[in-house]
Amino acid sequence: MIEEIKALKVRPQPKTVVRKHVIVVKVQHNVGVLSRITSLFAGRGYNIESLTVGKTHEPNIARITIIVNGDERVVEQIVKQLRKLIETLKVRDITDIPHIERELALIKIHTADSDTRDEIMRLVDIFRAKVVDVAKDSYTVEITGKQDKIDAFINLVKPFGIKDVSRTGVLAVVRESAQEKIKE
Amino acid sequence: MPKKRGADIVVDVLIEEKVDTIFGLPGGAIMEVYDALFNAPFRNILTRHELAACHMADGYARASGKVGVVMATSGPGATNLVTGLATAYMDSVPLVAITGQVPTHYNAFQEADVTGITRPVTKHNFLVTDIKDLALILREAFYIARTGRPGPVLVDIPKDITQQVYDYKMPTIKDVENALPGYKPHYEGNIAQIKKAAKLIRQAKRPVLYVGGGAVASEAQEELVKLAEIAKIPVTTTLMGKGAFPEDHPLALHMLGMHGTYYANMAVYNADLLIAVGARFDDRVTGKIDEFAPEAKIIHIDIDPASISKTITVDVPIVGDVKKVLQKLVKEVEKKPIEWEEARESWLKLIEKWKIEHPLTYDKKSKIIKPEYVIEEIYNITKGEAIITAGVGQHQMWAAMFYKYKFPRQFINSGGLGTMGFGFPSAVGAKIARPDKEVIAIEGDGSFLMNIQDIATAVQYRIPVKVAILNNEFLGMVRQWQELFYDSRYSSVCLSVQPDFVKLAESFGAVGLRATKPSEVRKVLEEAMSINDRPVIMDFAVDREENVLPMVPAGKSYREMILHPGEKGEAETMYLVG
Repeated sequence: MIEEIKALKVRPQPKTVVRKHVIVVKVQHNVGVLSRITSLFAGRGYNIESLTVGKTHEPNIARITIIVNGDERVVEQIVKQLRKLIETLKVRDITDIPHIERELALIKIHTADSDTRDEIMRLVDIFRAKVVDVAKDSYTVEITGKQDKIDAFINLVKPFGIKDVSRTGVLAVVRESAQEKIKE
Repeated sequence: MPKKRGADIVVDVLIEEKVDTIFGLPGGAIMEVYDALFNAPFRNILTRHELAACHMADGYARASGKVGVVMATSGPGATNLVTGLATAYMDSVPLVAITGQVPTHYNAFQEADVTGITRPVTKHNFLVTDIKDLALILREAFYIARTGRPGPVLVDIPKDITQQVYDYKMPTIKDVENALPGYKPHYEGNIAQIKKAAKLIRQAKRPVLYVGGGAVASEAQEELVKLAEIAKIPVTTTLMGKGAFPEDHPLALHMLGMHGTYYANMAVYNADLLIAVGARFDDRVTGKIDEFAPEAKIIHIDIDPASISKTITVDVPIVGDVKKVLQKLVKEVEKKPIEWEEARESWLKLIEKWKIEHPLTYDKKSKIIKPEYVIEEIYNITKGEAIITAGVGQHQMWAAMFYKYKFPRQFINSGGLGTMGFGFPSAVGAKIARPDKEVIAIEGDGSFLMNIQDIATAVQYRIPVKVAILNNEFLGMVRQWQELFYDSRYSSVCLSVQPDFVKLAESFGAVGLRATKPSEVRKVLEEAMSINDRPVIMDFAVDREENVLPMVPAGKSYREMILHPGEKGEAETMYLVG
């Protein structure tokens, strides 16, 4: 019954792809909880692209949206480690689930003359943004949308001279239709 | 409830948690708590170093299954715990560390961000900022430490909070659970997954059980033996899994991995089904990942979902307590007969052949003391009933390989972090937890010196532990790697200057004994076993350049196992059965 084999046996290894992941986390809003979360990424040499935290309608519960570029297996491991934290209530990688992403940015743009002011106003209109502050030589524009929309706007106004940019980072929620499908 | 000092609340919670022993060393920021401990109805062991205290609490926890408690002051007291906490964290040992912190809102002497420093080496930690939370946080700490995958939890308490008084009520377990809404360990195991696993087990031709520390922690020996016997599955254990399955059982393959037996490694390499039980596919076990059990389907039972498919993708994951899952699995497997009876028989026969051809061995005619011989003699004289602890290095491996462990919690060592200096203090903790058992620390000369100061503690409290130093005047494991992989360039491994361990023991008030010839080994051990009121330090002058073999070099495949020079045959022979 025993036969010898000469061929080398190898365990197939799964392929890994590096891409953008959107992770949403619900936590008890205690002191130090953010540090626990960010150190999971830092410990693996992953730079968090954006992280937003905010209160929710429930007392002492915060919701965090994390955007990170990473390899599938490592991100899966980070998600498991996030779940393992005592203070996390819910963790989900929603990258492949239909969801809505939004970011808000405040951009202070240099306005040299009335031509630039006109041009900026046209762009503001097209992008459905808003001028929220006007000074002698600058406009401050508020814009919301997906990350790439804001990136595009910033690129277009760059030639005028940007004095400052402040972005909130990405917020994300799963589309209700997808939510229902998951429940089924 | 009358108003109480924070320090007294700490003691009250320890009593509520049925703590019978704590280990530690006081200092400025924790003085208030030590004042409250003065009249406490449990044992308070004063150590000579906080790290030793942490290892003692660890040894106590591993030997008893209860939560170990360690106490230290702020700053250096707390930072000295870090290695001990990391040791406990890697090996999933339930500990609660209570550290004093400087008063809130001061820029103070002996101040350090202890919760920040210990965050990555604890299961969870707390900084108490309000006396109202103190009792609840302490109870949460005990709850988190012992449930789910156990681990160390640290509570940092500023001095002013230990001094304040507060009218408190002891929180109940319900209060604790309510305070931890996100913490719900799974114990039961998914029944559909268990059914799938049972089917794979019945269908396998060459199954192997690969058992780790999780089976020890959940004390699942009875269930494990039952599963192995009804399904005729050979069982290999990891370093941490020693004692989970009786090693004198005919189905025992002993340890696998880097210093695993030939037959365990060959069985895993050729298996078509690997059932991982409370093990984590550590690199010391797998070697080269893509050649680890290359043909096997894998079932993985573990309480920690993050351990599953971490390095190797598994086919049937089962999250749950090992004991509970195994109980259900045994029932499911029993429902139908095993397929491939004949293939199973020839699989066991093949393993038997490997066992006969390649047993663990060493030069038994040597005129110098062989370290393996010392371990065998310790095994004989204790009839295999002693609790053994070990430091880290060659002596640790020999202690794992040449002592045959029978029961869970019998072998205590720093398997995950690999902390030198762990053996002796953990033996003191184990002896306090199990005074009915003989407890022997197997140490290396390098390892032992790292916590030598705490012989004083063992003498002070009359803890009759035995220490067997396998003295080769080398950092032996590093020397072995230098010999094998660095062309014998012995860089910084020679420990030729060392204390006279016999005189050193005597100077502490312990007993010191020495053996320099094989014929003296038995005598020294007999004398040591007759002493039961003090620690005994035995110095065995062993062969300086003995290697731990067999060995799978780091990151290599099991096929590349280095065998003992006296052995015939090659490791790369591969078989397929049935």
